[in-house]
Amino acid sequence: MKLIFEKSSPGRGGVRIPEDRISPEEVIPAELLRSEPAELPEVSESEVVRHYTRLSRLNFSVDTHFYPLGSCTMKHNPRACEKAASVPELCETHPLWPQLRHGGLLTQGSLQILYSLERILSEITGLAEFTLQPMAGSHGELTAVMMMAAYHRDRGNKKTHIIIPDSAHGTNPASAALGGYSVVTVPSDENGVMDLEKFKEAVNEETAGVMLTLPNTLGVFNPQIRELIDAVHAVDGLMYYDGANFNAIMGRIKPGDLGFDLCHLNLHKSFSTPHGGGGPGTGPVGVCEKLRPFLPISRVAKTKDGTYTLDYDHPKSIGYIAPFYGNFSILVRAYAYLLMLGREGLRGTSNRAVLNANYLLEKLRGSYAAVSESRCMHECVFSGKSLGEGIHTLDLAKALLDRGVHAPTIYFPLNVPEAIMIEPTETETKETLDEFVTMMEEIMELSKTDPDALHAAPVTTPVGRLDEVAAAKNMDLTYTGDQND
Amino acid sequence: MSHTPFVCTSPADEKAMLHAVDAESFDDLFSHIPAEFQTDQFGLSAGLSEMEMMQHLRKIARKNSSDLTNFCGAGFYDHFIPAAVDSLTSRGEFFTAYTPYQPEAAQGTLQAAYEYQTAIARLTGMEVSNASLYDGGTALFEGMMMALRITRRNCVLVDTGVSPIYRTMLRSYTRNLKIDYKEIPLSGGIADRDAFAQHLDDSIGAVLLQNPNFFGCIDDLTGLIEQIHRVKAVAVVSTYPVSLGLLKTPGEMGADIVTGEGQSLGMPLSFGGPYLGFMATRKKLVRNMPGRIVGATQDTQGRRGYVLTLQAREQHIRREKAASNICTNMQLCALRSIVYLSLLGKHGFADVARQCMDRAGYAWTRLKAIDGVEPLFDRPFFNEFALKLPKDASEVVSDLIEEGIAAGFPAGRYYVGMENVLLFAFTEKRTKKEIDILAARLESVL
Repeated sequence: MKLIFEKSSPGRGGVRIPEDRISPEEVIPAELLRSEPAELPEVSESEVVRHYTRLSRLNFSVDTHFYPLGSCTMKHNPRACEKAASVPELCETHPLWPQLRHGGLLTQGSLQILYSLERILSEITGLAEFTLQPMAGSHGELTAVMMMAAYHRDRGNKKTHIIIPDSAHGTNPASAALGGYSVVTVPSDENGVMDLEKFKEAVNEETAGVMLTLPNTLGVFNPQIRELIDAVHAVDGLMYYDGANFNAIMGRIKPGDLGFDLCHLNLHKSFSTPHGGGGPGTGPVGVCEKLRPFLPISRVAKTKDGTYTLDYDHPKSIGYIAPFYGNFSILVRAYAYLLMLGREGLRGTSNRAVLNANYLLEKLRGSYAAVSESRCMHECVFSGKSLGEGIHTLDLAKALLDRGVHAPTIYFPLNVPEAIMIEPTETETKETLDEFVTMMEEIMELSKTDPDALHAAPVTTPVGRLDEVAAAKNMDLTYTGDQND
Repeated sequence: MSHTPFVCTSPADEKAMLHAVDAESFDDLFSHIPAEFQTDQFGLSAGLSEMEMMQHLRKIARKNSSDLTNFCGAGFYDHFIPAAVDSLTSRGEFFTAYTPYQPEAAQGTLQAAYEYQTAIARLTGMEVSNASLYDGGTALFEGMMMALRITRRNCVLVDTGVSPIYRTMLRSYTRNLKIDYKEIPLSGGIADRDAFAQHLDDSIGAVLLQNPNFFGCIDDLTGLIEQIHRVKAVAVVSTYPVSLGLLKTPGEMGADIVTGEGQSLGMPLSFGGPYLGFMATRKKLVRNMPGRIVGATQDTQGRRGYVLTLQAREQHIRREKAASNICTNMQLCALRSIVYLSLLGKHGFADVARQCMDRAGYAWTRLKAIDGVEPLFDRPFFNEFALKLPKDASEVVSDLIEEGIAAGFPAGRYYVGMENVLLFAFTEKRTKKEIDILAARLESVL
């Protein structure tokens, strides 16, 4: 499809600018002005509407396609949450108003939502207090690592490294490094969980903490979790819960009760806020009692008279990690979702997410090699080794696109060769899952009878397989032409 | 009968599915998790219906003030957003898609990102852009880290004209890293050339500047950037994108990395987010740039298509050695901004910039004519300026809120000794009449 820049024609425009002109006495000297106006498109509103409507139709999305992307929890985004976030009084408030004198009174509604959401997240994770500031899951990880560092500095601990299992998301080691720590990687055992013996060898006085996903990225719950936590606490290390997979256990297990000291939650995963093609996300972080002093400022507090206020007076705080209070309108969506879900809905959700995953695991076991013998949690992992010769999971992925299903995760976890990681979530029907199983079986069959058909996939998508090597080599990152075609 | 919200299986399905996985009950699915790890103690209310939830939320929302005339900016501005921005970006195909890991099924997201990158490069006068970062503050931090990676040095100079909100963030982020971080006070409202000259040596990896700066002053940084380049340091310039409708670009001034807050390009103020961090640079530095980058390529039949590219720098490949820990971007906000920029277009966008500037210019003349009011800095400004008042600026703001006006942002909140300084911001949404009322009310409370 043409670019919006290629549709440009001089003299067109999409928005009429008000005629209320003011001519000031002061003018900016010419040498401070740009030499030419920026070459933005010159297009009418109808062209813009048609262009982006057409572009939208080139996408797979949760609203249009089954999206069983393991480790990413792509579930239905309820429309009521959108409506909640678009209430005008919530959209039009300036984030600096609370910092004006008595300004907190101008934004009592927004502050109350933040305060209430923090309390709910504390309740469902078993952690003492939350900050809603982190603007993505990986930003939450970094915030948590910064709090770990502040805790150890305060205690006079000399800590140098963070322990991370080899099955972890790549963001964990990257966040640890950005927080100033070196990374010690511990391998998984044959069950896909962190090897307890190797873990115990790695833990020592210089361990600042451990970052762990539970259930892990293979969808396996580590039954030895208490032993791991005790070993870390014995050296005054901190245990961090990566909440990427919280959808599996919410309403049933509180990370704080297990002994985790910090955790982040991806609201765009378990709490059903849309992810817009890859963001915004939002990654609130909860901490146990002893880490409370290190939370970022500002913090929302409730005063004796029942009003809400921002509190900056925390000398041990890691400081500001975001300009304001997080991705507020995303937080409103999560709050609305949690209000509708309620107590029973939380557990009802994880029950069905786990049931749907186990159902797929059981149905696909016959044709694909499951990574684990046991039941799974909210996602199931297979290896594509049994696909026909020369057929990779990438071919399987593209064949699924042709059948109108987004592909499962296939590049991850790194410790499974030819991984196929499927997360159906609770918002899919049995009919959808059954159709998916049929497709997967058909593709397995094709991989042996007609491998060329799979190598050629996808053929029904707007473009066929794209040359990623050429993209990196030729680096065409912006449009440089200026004329119409 | 009550059902669990948003769950799609029927009771009959569930019975059949439990049977298929050889489980007696839902609890049975979790039986491998020791019972002592599980709890049903959740102090939460029962779920609300959609109707009850909306009633509850509207009631809370009404506690916010919603009818203030806003002159408060400080980096975050009340611009007009055309209706088509909301309407197009709320399409489910954009809204509920994920990271484009399967490019053939995500050409909409990817092409929009490529268009966004093009627009940001053209606005900033740079060659390439990434597909967005979290916000202007984290973008500046990432710009600084990028500069230190390029120079392999660890000293940073920061002008205090850089937003104090961003500087507090930078101080938090650099706390655990081996970075020598130094702030250089302003001189007469702009970057202090002499002070920078004194500090610039071959230990300096990054110099962070802002134009227009926090006080709204415009500064041609060209000469200063030449000085920075003389010691082979990297110049990172944070900028306000609407000003680039008119002002000399950081690219024209020689900047190496340009960052900023994109909220003004179609995002509502929304009490702080989601916003949009942008970052642009020169082509030769692109491999050091953090975040997602979209590139054009071809499919097997030679058709143009788009993919995520240069992923070898990223956390999912390089793990602890990655260019940053960033996994996601602000794709939906980036989409809002390219739709916004397309609707306004080449001349409309320049016109919005001119209207912001003209309104500020008019207000400047009106407000500084008030008895006892004087400019903090007498320098060219874009849409924002600071005035010294004869009394405490916070008090003045409180008084004017009673009159329905959010008059500005008191600079004393961040700058010691500026208790009487008030920062006023103007966008195309503020009318001449509103500015006249502001002037009259300000006069009456002083």
